[in-house]
Amino acid sequence: MKQLLRLFGVLLLPAILLAANGDSPGPLFDYFRLNVFVAVVVMAGLLIYFFQKIKKNPESIFVRRIPGIDAIEEAVGRATEMGRPVLYVPGIDDITEIQTIASMLILGKVAETVALYKTPILVPCRIPFVMTVAEEMVRQAYYNVGMPEDHRPENISFISDEQFAYTAGVNGIMLREKPAANIMLGRFFAESLILSETGFQSGAIQVAGTAEVTQLPFFIAACDYTLIGEEMFAASAYLSRDAKLLSNLKATDYYKILIVGVILAGSVLATFGVDLFSRMLIIH
Amino acid sequence: MKKEIPLLITFLLGTWMIMEFFFHNVPYVDQITETLTNGGMVIGAFTYILGVMNILQVNSNHIKHHNDRPFKWTLLVGFVAMILLGFSWGIDVDTPFQWMYNTVYVPLQATMFSLLAFYIASAAFRAFRARSVEATLLLVAALLVMLGRVPVGEEWIWSKLPDISTWIMDFPNMAGKRAILIGAALGAISTGLRVIIGMERSYLGGE
Repeated sequence: MKQLLRLFGVLLLPAILLAANGDSPGPLFDYFRLNVFVAVVVMAGLLIYFFQKIKKNPESIFVRRIPGIDAIEEAVGRATEMGRPVLYVPGIDDITEIQTIASMLILGKVAETVALYKTPILVPCRIPFVMTVAEEMVRQAYYNVGMPEDHRPENISFISDEQFAYTAGVNGIMLREKPAANIMLGRFFAESLILSETGFQSGAIQVAGTAEVTQLPFFIAACDYTLIGEEMFAASAYLSRDAKLLSNLKATDYYKILIVGVILAGSVLATFGVDLFSRMLIIH
Repeated sequence: MKKEIPLLITFLLGTWMIMEFFFHNVPYVDQITETLTNGGMVIGAFTYILGVMNILQVNSNHIKHHNDRPFKWTLLVGFVAMILLGFSWGIDVDTPFQWMYNTVYVPLQATMFSLLAFYIASAAFRAFRARSVEATLLLVAALLVMLGRVPVGEEWIWSKLPDISTWIMDFPNMAGKRAILIGAALGAISTGLRVIIGMERSYLGGE
């Protein structure tokens, strides 16, 4: 019910905006973005539908195993056995980037696991804003498992906001602190291979993930496990084992089926010279 | 209330920013959005103070207790020197600050970047070993693409290699790339909505 109220809230805001339009010139709604609006509303509808459905019957959900995410726990276990720290690199983009937000959500879960195992976690950050959020996530994780006294704020550090100075700093940590597990999740650019190859040379088990298509091949070549695109966004829900959060993965899967249907229908129509779908899906 | 208020703020601001993308010509919308964005930038600027404090605190502690003392000294001396140079002579062209930047920092940055060439070679050597069917396919595709993009491939081996290379990049490669992009975009929308609607609340201390 709460979720439905929230959706109602989302729909109420356009109504308020409509009412506030008054005598303003030009159309209120940007009709060139109608397709994006419909896509977002359908996604929100699916999320809430599966959330309600699975809330009633949490046992009904089945989520396939994602080896890359399972490997995160394995990596933390290995670090614990070796008595070495876990290195968590949250990418190099700002907190406004959705990949960084996803990475922070995963960091919370990873930090809970390392807190339980009493293994140190090192989080070097490139953006101070990300550092403050990361510190809060890690601190909260230690509180969640009832071990706030084990939290070491100095392990979450700001290195530099210059891309390669940051890369050099993280490489230094890999080579001197010798973490047993390197977890690199977030948005990466040219430094992805420099980091992952240094990690490989240091002998750490490496789990990486990004939605940057250009950097994925580097991670796949140099890391033990790679979370490809959507798997990274699914990781925090998957690690939580919370049926309500896992319902999101179901919603995303059904959305993908819908997209495949639209692509197939569009291809058939285009074959017969009807360009309805291709015109409908243009994003301005 | 400790959870409800942050959830409400997240919901209202998140929804506002989404709606702002779709609605225009509404009085005060642009101003409010600009104020919110500026607010985010101001908070971001203040976090740099925390960042500087963190650098000083973490590295001075390491100087006392760690065996990587020389690196920490280098960092702190460089950090203080650049601040002093900047405040004393400014940061314009032909100042000591710019001289240090151009003669020390830029070459160091270029050195780090150039490491990529060696790392690409070592990573490719491991990735292109034909240990399985998939790895063999990768190896063959990579060879065809690489040979198709250098003059040796076209002139000495086979004139059709550039066409094959282009076909691999434009069709199988593009199909895979788009599938990843669609999946990532859906994941991003789902994560964003999850946080805005309040389903994901682990950042508030879990449930």
